Amino acid sequence: MVKFSEAQLAEVNRLVARYPEGKQKSALLPVLHLAQDSFGGWLSTETMDYVAELLSITPIEVYEVATFYSMYNTKPVGKYMFEVCQTGPCMLRGSDDIIAYIEKTLGIKPGETTADGLFTLKTVECLGACGYAPMMQLGKHYREHLTKEKVDAIIDECKKTAGVLN
Amino acid sequence: MSVKLLLAKAHVEGIRGFDVYRREGGYQSVEKALKQMNPESIVEEVKKSGLRGRGGAGFPAGMKWSFIAKPEGVPRHLVCNADESEPGTFKDRYLMEFIPHLLIEGLIVSSFALGSNDTYIYIRGEYAWIVDILEDAINEAKANGFLGKNILGTGFDCEIHVQRGAGAYICGEETALIESLEGKRGNPRIKPPFPAIQGVWQRPTVVNNVETLAAVVPIINMGGEEYAKIGVGKSTGTKLISACGNINKPGVYEIDMTISVEEFIYSDEYCGGIANGKKLKACIPGGSSVPILPANLLLKTAKGETRYMNYESLSDGGFASGSMMGSGGFIVLDEDQCIVRNTLSLARFYRHESCGQCSPCREGTGWMEKILHNIEYGKGKISDIDLLWDIQRKIEGNTICPLGDAAAWPVAAAIRHFRDEFEWHVNNPLEAQEKNYGLAHYADPIHVPVTA
Repeated sequence: MVKFSEAQLAEVNRLVARYPEGKQKSALLPVLHLAQDSFGGWLSTETMDYVAELLSITPIEVYEVATFYSMYNTKPVGKYMFEVCQTGPCMLRGSDDIIAYIEKTLGIKPGETTADGLFTLKTVECLGACGYAPMMQLGKHYREHLTKEKVDAIIDECKKTAGVLN
Repeated sequence: MSVKLLLAKAHVEGIRGFDVYRREGGYQSVEKALKQMNPESIVEEVKKSGLRGRGGAGFPAGMKWSFIAKPEGVPRHLVCNADESEPGTFKDRYLMEFIPHLLIEGLIVSSFALGSNDTYIYIRGEYAWIVDILEDAINEAKANGFLGKNILGTGFDCEIHVQRGAGAYICGEETALIESLEGKRGNPRIKPPFPAIQGVWQRPTVVNNVETLAAVVPIINMGGEEYAKIGVGKSTGTKLISACGNINKPGVYEIDMTISVEEFIYSDEYCGGIANGKKLKACIPGGSSVPILPANLLLKTAKGETRYMNYESLSDGGFASGSMMGSGGFIVLDEDQCIVRNTLSLARFYRHESCGQCSPCREGTGWMEKILHNIEYGKGKISDIDLLWDIQRKIEGNTICPLGDAAAWPVAAAIRHFRDEFEWHVNNPLEAQEKNYGLAHYADPIHVPVTA
C-alpha cells in the first residue's frame, strides 16, 4: 500500500501552501519527486493514483505529466541509476567512450538494469555540466570529469554502500 | 581584465552564507531600492541600463518589465527562469552555486519593482542540490529581515519559492515554464496573450533568466547610466560565458563584451587555447541552437573585421556568415571533431526535447535525426543533404515556440558552412567510419572582396 508518512504529508502541505488557493495542482511536480524518492525510485500506477487523490486532481492529469518529464521513471529502476550525458558538448569530450565502457563493465545497454537490481544505465540529454564533461548524474549529485578509472571507483562505491562489496 | 559585476566576489571564502555576503556589501541594493526608490524608478533604471535578457533572446529587460499589466486587485508574479538546459550553457548553475545571495538580492529588488509578493524560482530538476543552496539562502535572507512580511519596515511583503522541474528542455521557454509551474506538461502556449498580461494562473507575470535578475543588483547600486557605460553599443554591462568543448580551460567567465573572440579563446585569462595543441575548427558561440561557424568566420567577420564577444558582432553578417550571442554557451570544436556527428548529436537532442505539439517540429526533428544518422553511418545519399535543408526550412517559423527554430538552425548552419564535409561522408562511406574530415579549409583566411 502506497502511503506517505506524517512527515511527508506535512511536506506535501508545505508545498501546496506555496500556491494560491485552489491551485494545488501546481505542487504536482515536486510531489511526484517526493513520491518517486519515497516509493522505490519509480512511479507505479498506484503511486500516481495516490498523488492524484492527494492533490484532488484526476489520475490522467498525473499520468500525462509523469510521462512527459524525463526524470520520472514509469518503470522500476536499479538502486543506482547512472544517467550519462551524451549531448554535443559531452560528446566532444568523450562521453561515447564512457557510455561504451559502462555498457561493457556492467553488461547492460542504456535503459537496462543489471540482474542484481543494483545498476541502471540511462543516457540523458544535456544536464548543464558541459565544462566538466564527460559527466553523469547519480542520485542528487553530478559526477564530473569522468574517466574509466572514475567509473570503476563509482561502481565500487555503490557496491560498498549497498553492502555487496567490502 | 574585464570588469566583473556578478562574479567579482564569487570566490570570497564563505560568500555562500549571508554574513559574509552582507559584509562584502550584499543587500545594499535592497536597502536602496525599497527605502529610496519606488517601483517606477527601478524600472526606469533598468531601462537606462540597456540590460538585455541573458537567457538567450536578448530582449531588453526594462521594456519587458514595463509591459506587465496592473489590473486592480489581481496579484502579479515574478518568475525566475533557472531551467538552464541549452547545451553548452552552465552559467546560471555557477552563479547559483557560488553566490546564491546575489540572485536572491536581485529577486527581492525585482519583485518590489514588479509588485510580486510571491516570486518563484523555477529550476531544472537535475540541479537538485542547488535547490538546497537556494533555500538556505532564502531562509537566511528571511531571518535577517530581507524577505517575508514588512521587509526592512517598508511595508513590502515578499516570499520566494523554489520549484523544481523534472527534466524538459522546453520548460526554459517562458510559457512552457508557466504551464509546468501550474503542474502540467511543458507545452508552450500560443501568444498572445503574453505572460505580462496572462501568465501563471492567468495573472500578469514576468519571467526572467537568473543572470538577468542578478544583474539588477549592480544596476541599482551603480545606477543604470553607469552600467550602460560598460560594454559597447547595445551590448551593455557584463555577460557570463560558459565555455566548453576542446579548450584548455573550460569554465564560466564574466566578460564586459569588448574583447575579441580570438582573445577569449586563446588568452590564458579565459579559455587558454585549444586543448592538446590542436587547431580550432569550429565553434557554436551561444548555446547549441545558434549557428555553428567555421574558425575563419568565427574570428573575423565576412568583411574581414575582428569579431567581438558581444550581441552585435557575433551576429554580424546575419545567418549567412554570422551567429548569435544566445545564452553564452560557447562550444569549441577542434580539428579532430566531425561536424556531421556533432550535428547528429544536437539533432537527437532536439528530437528528444520536442514537446510534440506542432507537427513540423515533432516530425521534422526525428526525420532530421534519422537522415543525419544515415549520413554519419555511411548510408547517406547526396540528395539527403538537400532534403535536410528542405526539412529545416519547413520547421523554422512554423511552430508555436522557438524550439522549432532552435532545432532547424544548427542543421542549416552545418550544411551552409560545412557542406563539403557532408558530401565527403556520403561519397566516402567506408573511410568516414575510420577517420574524420579534419580541419580541411575551415581555418583558411577568407577572401574579402574589395569594395570601391
